[in-house]
Amino acid sequence: MADLSTNVAGIKSPNPFWLASAPPTNSGYQVQRAFEAGWGGAVWKTLGDPILNVTSRFAAVSFNGQRVAGFNNIELITDRPLEVNLKEIYETKKKFPNHAVVASLMVEPKQEKWHEIVKRVEEVGVDGLELNFGCPHGMAERGMGSASGQVPELVEKQTYWVKEAAQTPVIVKLTPNITDITSTAEAAVRGGADAVSMINTINSLAGVDLDSWNTIPHVGGKGAHGGYCGPAVKPIALNMVADCARHPNINVPISGIGGISDWKNAVEFMLMGASGVQVCTAAMHHGFRIVEDMIEGLNNYLDGKGIASLSEIIGAAVPKYSEWGNLDLNYKIVAKINNDVCINCNKCHIACEDTSHQCIDMLKDGSGNSYLEVREEDCVGCNLCSIVCPVDGAIDMIEIESEHPPMSWNERQAAFTSNQSYNPDPVK
Amino acid sequence: MAKSEMARISLTDLKRNFQEVEPGLTGREAVEEANRCLYCYDAPCIQACPTGIDIPTFIKKIASGNLKGSATTIMSANPVGASCARVCPTEELCEGACVLNHSTKPIMIGDLQRHATNWAIQNEQVLFHKGASNGRTVAIIGSGPAGLSAARELALLGYKVTIFEASDKAGGLNTYGIVSFRLPQQISFWEVEQVKSLDVEILTNTTVGKDISAEELQNSYDFIVLAAGMAHVPNLGIEGEELDGVYDAIEFVKETKTKQLTNEFVGKNVVVIGAGNTAIDGATCSVRLGAENVKILYRRTQVEMSAYDFEYEFAKQDGVEFRWLTQPTKIIGDENGRVKAIECLKMELGEPNEDGRRRPAPVNGTEFMIPVDAVIKAIGQTRHQSLIDQFNLEQINGVVQISETYQTSDPNVYACGDVVFGKGKGEAMVVTAAQQGKNVAYAIHHQYEKNSVTA
Ligand SMILES: Cc1cc2nc3c(=O)[nH]c(=O)nc-3n(C[C@H](O)[C@H](O)[C@H](O)COP(=O)(O)OP(=O)(O)OC[C@H]3O[C@@H](n4cnc5c(N)ncnc54)[C@H](O)[C@@H]3O)c2cc1C
Ligand SMILES: Cc1cc2nc3c(=O)[nH]c(=O)nc-3n(C[C@H](O)[C@H](O)[C@H](O)COP(=O)(O)O)c2cc1C
Ligand code: SF4
Repeated sequence: MADLSTNVAGIKSPNPFWLASAPPTNSGYQVQRAFEAGWGGAVWKTLGDPILNVTSRFAAVSFNGQRVAGFNNIELITDRPLEVNLKEIYETKKKFPNHAVVASLMVEPKQEKWHEIVKRVEEVGVDGLELNFGCPHGMAERGMGSASGQVPELVEKQTYWVKEAAQTPVIVKLTPNITDITSTAEAAVRGGADAVSMINTINSLAGVDLDSWNTIPHVGGKGAHGGYCGPAVKPIALNMVADCARHPNINVPISGIGGISDWKNAVEFMLMGASGVQVCTAAMHHGFRIVEDMIEGLNNYLDGKGIASLSEIIGAAVPKYSEWGNLDLNYKIVAKINNDVCINCNKCHIACEDTSHQCIDMLKDGSGNSYLEVREEDCVGCNLCSIVCPVDGAIDMIEIESEHPPMSWNERQAAFTSNQSYNPDPVK
Repeated sequence: MAKSEMARISLTDLKRNFQEVEPGLTGREAVEEANRCLYCYDAPCIQACPTGIDIPTFIKKIASGNLKGSATTIMSANPVGASCARVCPTEELCEGACVLNHSTKPIMIGDLQRHATNWAIQNEQVLFHKGASNGRTVAIIGSGPAGLSAARELALLGYKVTIFEASDKAGGLNTYGIVSFRLPQQISFWEVEQVKSLDVEILTNTTVGKDISAEELQNSYDFIVLAAGMAHVPNLGIEGEELDGVYDAIEFVKETKTKQLTNEFVGKNVVVIGAGNTAIDGATCSVRLGAENVKILYRRTQVEMSAYDFEYEFAKQDGVEFRWLTQPTKIIGDENGRVKAIECLKMELGEPNEDGRRRPAPVNGTEFMIPVDAVIKAIGQTRHQSLIDQFNLEQINGVVQISETYQTSDPNVYACGDVVFGKGKGEAMVVTAAQQGKNVAYAIHHQYEKNSVTA
């Protein structure tokens, strides 16, 4: 049994699985149910000045019959009175002293507003604070959420105000609705953040009804952009986490969020630098019980690899994530089709023929049976054929030995400028 | 050659005929099927499984790649979950309850269960650890599904368990009685090993009542669990039963699971008498041994037979012929004492009797003869009468009587599985035996805790 205990900037939990600030953490009843089911922590549904919600709030995107591949919402922060939330936070923390209870906060960008709310939530015994600079709808129009989260100066300043008052660790939750998330992450660090979390939801419109021409979802015939999350956003979130993890100035712990649906996703985020993870959509799709498999699957994975403590994997894959300019131009892989496994759907052929490099031939053997073959000399190793192939093991991408030593674009440029006589053409 | 045309039966390679018929799911098939599962909450499939396996959870774990967790979920609810994945009538149980029956098609729960447990078998996983000892001892008679299941749960609860098993190997009918092409012995042995790994001692080749007396057990153990199953197939009570070539179906299947397969059935004509699990197994085994023609003779009709629909289909695909309303009256031998024919009588159905099935009655003057080389008797199983008598237990026609808490008339003796299986209750199942074994363990534990409080 591996040690799964987690520490994000001093906020401790028995395992790395926290519920993200969202409907699952709306009340004490829910958070306590979640802890009973095994969740290690919860970031309470964002607290702030009372708001009004609309009905018809969510929409989901199905992909080829798979429900909730992506999830979209136009819900705002909590619509319950602050006192009620505070009372329930207090009770929850009392019942579950070893679980992480983090308060998510969002107020107007004014120093005294931040000071006041920090004081009030810390009084009831939260383990930490998460500043919601990420909500992309509703609150942004009022200068909060992603509106302040998109401006590095505002992120820095508000973080600083919070740090002036806070006794507990401060996590800054970042919006992905920005070109370079490291710029706001850096700003949070400059403001004194103890950790950053990402991502909040991505601006989205889930769909349009083909008959009524209403947006999906719509509120009495009108729609507005919402925030996108769920499995579809995982690659975007993972990249943002990894970008922050490898950034020299962002040296605070990261809480990874975005599309995490099972223990494997969690491992990926942690390998790419997250100290813990947060989950919303997967819990909304299936209920709190999914955490059982998350914990057990993670534990079995670590045991299987002989890793005693979860902390050992945090960031372990970050050194492998770099920039295009550092990739070896002389590394070469080619596709190889295993005809004994191939079912002759010819999808690889047409993908390569129409949209890649025309190097998979459709042939017939002596007895008239069809087979496919890659002309290796023309294959650029793009992976497309193996991606469209529906059968495991029918196409392998195999490494072939290069005639040239490894050389990246950056090295090539450096060599070229430092030595004009050097032949810059080994890759061709 | 298309799969359907592929010869099901080989006359030259009999061994191949006895390999598992249904190929397991590939990894990809399993994941795709697992992802089709809706992961219902309070799912009806769980209710429909006599052992209450948390089916959506084990399937979710296949989808997430947590196969060890998946196998653990299965085996914790059902100590013979790998066997059940293969032999349960899933259409009648979990798969029959799947909510997708109403819309698309049910999840292949049995196949997914097999996939997950196969992983554990192939990776030689030990899934459980024994509980802290509470110093109490239990003797279990019989190592079939009921006995193993009781032993597993008791060991987890901290009891020191000894199983007495008459046969050479443990596992009961899973090891010896259910045909290899549905349940290879290796699966049953793995389940036995899982139980043994909890420090459960299994004394094989030890028949209670012969090698050790009931009294001795009663004197040396705190509790006794009678899980001895049922015994051999009863006599037909007709002339010619002693002839060479007349078999007890259970013994017959056992030989195919334990001995070198021989060619003696190749090209032969076989009749099987009865129409339950055992008859189907006897008939399909005969086909797989190369018999030219196999007929099942049953004195009632298809409606009354206790074999499941899928078994019936399976037998028909194997080319087994069914002769309904046919009662054997005499087995006829040749000069060397070998079976050469069987005389039968046509029947008709009358009024329903106690068990609700219509009673068959002979139609006079309809005698006819079927030339045969072998007769396999599969008309049910007798009871371990003398064993039950040794313990002096209340019983009705060899069916041990128990209370709601599985206690026999002797408060320290519990009973579960086929020993308590009443007549006319359809077919006995591995999965019910397993659940009863669990229940016995909990009942014993309850009694022990009650006693230790009052003591
Ligand atoms: C041919 C056949 C096919 C079947 N097919 C299916 C199927 O497809 N699906 C299904 O669910 N069920 C099937 N069943 C039923 C199922 O096998 C039984 O219900 C189940 O095995 C009962 O478990 P048990 O532990 O009570 O008894 P058993 O499995 O019979 O085990 C009893 C054990 O006790 C031992 N024993 C008996 N007397 C003594 C003694 N005096 N001392 C020590 N040990 C003793 C025996 O050797 C045996 O190992 C089938 C049964 C038969 C006969
Ligand atoms: C309905 C809904 C409401 C949300 N409300 C909040 C919120 O109040 N505060 C917040 O910080 N994030 C909120 N989020 C964003 C989630 O916390 C999380 O960052 C996002 O959903 C990505 O994770 P996921 O892919 O696991 O859902 C909300 C998400 C959803 C779906
Ligand atoms: S889940 Fe359904 S029932 Fe529950 S609040 Fe939403 S719309 Fe209403």
